Amino acid sequence: MLIFEKSRPGRGCSAIPACDVEQYTLPDDDMRQSDLHLPEMAEVDLSRHYTELAKKAHGVNDGFYPLGSCTMKYNPKINEQMAGLDGFTQIHPLQPVDTVQGCLQILKETEDALSAITGMSNFTLQPAAGAHGEFTGLLLIKAYHLSNGDTQRRKIIVPDSAHGTNPASAVMAGMEVINVDSDDKGLVDVEKLRQVCEGNDEIAGLMLTNPNTAGLFDPNIKEITDIIHECGGQCYYDGANLNAVMGWARPGDMGFDCVHLNLHKTFSTPHGGGGPGSGPVGCKEHLAKFMPGVYAVEKDGVYDFAKAPESLGEMKNFYGNFLVAVKALTYIRMLGKEGIPEASKNAVLNANYMMKKLSAAYDIAFKPEVCMHEFVMDLARQAKETGVTAMDIAKGLLDNNIHPPTMYFPLTVHEALMAEPCETESKETLDAAIDVFLSLNDIAYSNPEKLHQAPVKTPVTRLDEVGAARHPVLKYEFE
Amino acid sequence: MGTFVPNTKAQQQEMLKEIGFEKLDDLFAHIPDAVKFKDELDLPSGMSEMEAGKEIRKIAAKNRIYDTVFRGAGAYRHYIPAIVGSVLSNETLQTAYTPYQAEISQGVLQSIFEYQTMICDLTGMDVSNASVYDGGTAAGEAVAMCRGRKSNRALVSACIQPSVMKVIETYCFGNEMELVVIPEKDGKTDVEALKELMTEDTSCVLIQHPNYYGSLEDAEEIGEIAHSVKNCRFIMSVNPITLGTMRTPREYGADFAVGEGQPLGLPLAFGGPFLGFMASVDSMKRNLPGRIVGQTVDHNGKTGYVLTLQAREQHIRREKASSNICSNQALCALAVGVYLSAMGSEGLKNVASQCYSKAHYMAQKLAEAGFEIENEEFFHEFVTSSDKKASDVLKALDDEGILGGLPLDDNRILWCCTEMNTKIDIDKAVAIVKEVK
Amino acid sequence: MELKNDALYMKSHEWVVIDGDTATVGISDFAQSELGDLVFVNLPEPGDEVTAGEVFADVESVKAVSDIFSPVTGTIAEINEELLDAPELINENANDAWFIKVENVTDKAEELLTPEDYEVFCEEEQE
Repeated sequence: MLIFEKSRPGRGCSAIPACDVEQYTLPDDDMRQSDLHLPEMAEVDLSRHYTELAKKAHGVNDGFYPLGSCTMKYNPKINEQMAGLDGFTQIHPLQPVDTVQGCLQILKETEDALSAITGMSNFTLQPAAGAHGEFTGLLLIKAYHLSNGDTQRRKIIVPDSAHGTNPASAVMAGMEVINVDSDDKGLVDVEKLRQVCEGNDEIAGLMLTNPNTAGLFDPNIKEITDIIHECGGQCYYDGANLNAVMGWARPGDMGFDCVHLNLHKTFSTPHGGGGPGSGPVGCKEHLAKFMPGVYAVEKDGVYDFAKAPESLGEMKNFYGNFLVAVKALTYIRMLGKEGIPEASKNAVLNANYMMKKLSAAYDIAFKPEVCMHEFVMDLARQAKETGVTAMDIAKGLLDNNIHPPTMYFPLTVHEALMAEPCETESKETLDAAIDVFLSLNDIAYSNPEKLHQAPVKTPVTRLDEVGAARHPVLKYEFE
Repeated sequence: MGTFVPNTKAQQQEMLKEIGFEKLDDLFAHIPDAVKFKDELDLPSGMSEMEAGKEIRKIAAKNRIYDTVFRGAGAYRHYIPAIVGSVLSNETLQTAYTPYQAEISQGVLQSIFEYQTMICDLTGMDVSNASVYDGGTAAGEAVAMCRGRKSNRALVSACIQPSVMKVIETYCFGNEMELVVIPEKDGKTDVEALKELMTEDTSCVLIQHPNYYGSLEDAEEIGEIAHSVKNCRFIMSVNPITLGTMRTPREYGADFAVGEGQPLGLPLAFGGPFLGFMASVDSMKRNLPGRIVGQTVDHNGKTGYVLTLQAREQHIRREKASSNICSNQALCALAVGVYLSAMGSEGLKNVASQCYSKAHYMAQKLAEAGFEIENEEFFHEFVTSSDKKASDVLKALDDEGILGGLPLDDNRILWCCTEMNTKIDIDKAVAIVKEVK
Repeated sequence: MELKNDALYMKSHEWVVIDGDTATVGISDFAQSELGDLVFVNLPEPGDEVTAGEVFADVESVKAVSDIFSPVTGTIAEINEELLDAPELINENANDAWFIKVENVTDKAEELLTPEDYEVFCEEEQE
């Protein structure tokens, strides 16, 4: 039941005292004409309403969440406790600089740690999410080319396996997307790339994630970034998959000029049902003068704000999703230089273990010997032989309290299920999930109809998305 | 070192053996030597939760928490009922991903549907999205989505929050829309100048109301001017607290209402996470960026909720999408939903009227103390000018644990009052600044 | 597949009925069934120019967006506004659910197939 249907006039919470100054009257002409319909609720009703909603959701605490490319690792509780400290939550963003030394220290230490992990020289924490980080990185590249007088460099190369945000970000940055197909191993086709780039002075750069969306580390990565640099372009690293390589390979060493990271993926901050995230952007020295916003500098233990000399502007108000940075820094502090590579190692171990066990029943896209933090199952065979699709298997998983892998992505694999188990899952959890996956494959062959009907144990069954889109009902209608 | 890896060393070895590897490092053997990182990361050593907690607390303690705050300028200290924090700390709601798997995400989807309904109710609009990053990006996205094939020119009032203007500039640097600033006249958008600036290729007019200086704009007239050009949209950026008592953007004639949602239940938090809200009239709903939740039914006819109108979005439309937004500020939108439900219609009206009543009380007291009030009509922010140096005034307040208004220049200060400022606080602050030479 | 006998077809699955210097354009029955349940149509505005072989509209299903190409060059005289409210009309009868009417047709796409040839083309494409 919607909260509006539970509302009863006259109820309420005793949040605010009566006004202790004389009531002022604003001009009639500027006063609200229509009624408000906000819920009138006692606190107990509110508490139960949201508890009920939480029961109809699935978080990392509820069970295994192998959602590929999303890095749904466990979210440590100390992070939340630290981000909830009054010393952070009660600080106005426009306080005098001597009263926000702690906040600046958080910014500085987070920026430095991310630089160390990625091999970049500077970081900005201003971008609020991964896509926002991509937009920022592309604007850096744009500003760089413009400052060199290269106004014609407007084409950005994006592989066909890229996240949908990549091409959309490119367009927001005023760039034209050139798609380059992958080869049959799911990697960048180096020869095709060379053909596109050689002598091409319209290339602004390349957007790439490595390992890619099939969980494969591109062994030609240096050659790829060299090709881009040779034609005058810049290389942008989509950090969505950084969890695979922390302490093992750094985007900076692969030849990338700028990167975005997702603190809500790699650095253990929770997703909140779709945000807030944080998409910090790092760059090498030659791009640093264009960085947006302000960043923190330290001298003799005193922190201050600084601004890049040719800053491209502001990506959002203030300094980014600051509390998310607090959580990420808490995590980085706990893991430290030893624990961070250890996390990546175990992420890769868990993925390979699961891939090996599942390959008994599922075809693994591009048949890699070893994957990184995630792998892609291709259910084309099952679909052809049984009519059971990737969607059906996903829905079957829901009945087993497992959040399905990412479906139908990357676009280069038609019946894709992309699984990313993360390092924070135990062998027992993986084994149990593997059993479920294998039994669903059996059901696909023995009783496909059962999977077409799945899920049946969830609060609702499959929903009419066509009806929802054709005749949108986007809010509750008050009588 | 701290760790969140549950597998024991023995289990790791067992798993390695199963997949035919000897050592964990062998899993990285295929990374070419040229790009392999062989050093130690330049980070401190890891530590236990107790130690990390102590370190971070020490850092937090370096910040100064003011007992009393008279500063707004884009971030506002309001009372946040305890239930808001309680709901937000629910582990499931906090750790869930974007609700792509609708069957196990009904709770999250319903909370967004309720949020959308409340934003529509506040703004008078027909459709709301599920939030964007903040008030700045909401304005940036709004300008971008109004761009038409034949209209590439945005008119934005000089009286909006300066950082929001900078975000709009950045979005326009990206998509190469022409951004024209409508000049200010006496602390308000210059309506006559706007008339002169209107051209056939103008795609939108954006104002903030109340504006950065707290003043009420001639919003209705500005909307009429905007609509004098075909396909030109009128965007109003509003502080949602004002909507408890003030005319809605719809009632002023706006096509889009956007703004900073932080005042509705989110702490100051050194500027984030906040959230941007965006709502539109029905005919413009497909121009809205980001996620939108719709109501539908399942196979058994039971009511449920799904992400809908998804073909607008980047994961389907890719380079043809009008925005790249993916993650938004869902948990902040949840906070807004809980806040507005805890306040209710009467509660929000109370907050709104306390805001402007207290601001007017303080303005009157400051006027009596010799400060000049620059605004005509204002909501809960106003600008004073005085012979006294702003820095001296603020220093005197600071010494007493009071964060004064934001200095705009050497002699002008932008003040803000909310329901949090008591009469006693106001009287005390005025008494302090009165003594400043 | 229901063929529209008085039409010519593009290989990108649009049909066109040309009558002198005017033309009516829609998408084929084969296309609608491949696309699945359509939920929205983005149409241009009357007065807009269309060019043979170039995109003039797109259709949305729940999970995909597909471009629609113009078989002719000319000026849009009329759009089928009914489709904006009821895209399901395309699924119900693609041969009747025209998208645009074009006037002042000056050119047409190089390769337009007869209904018979189009049927063969679709069969080949399905294999």
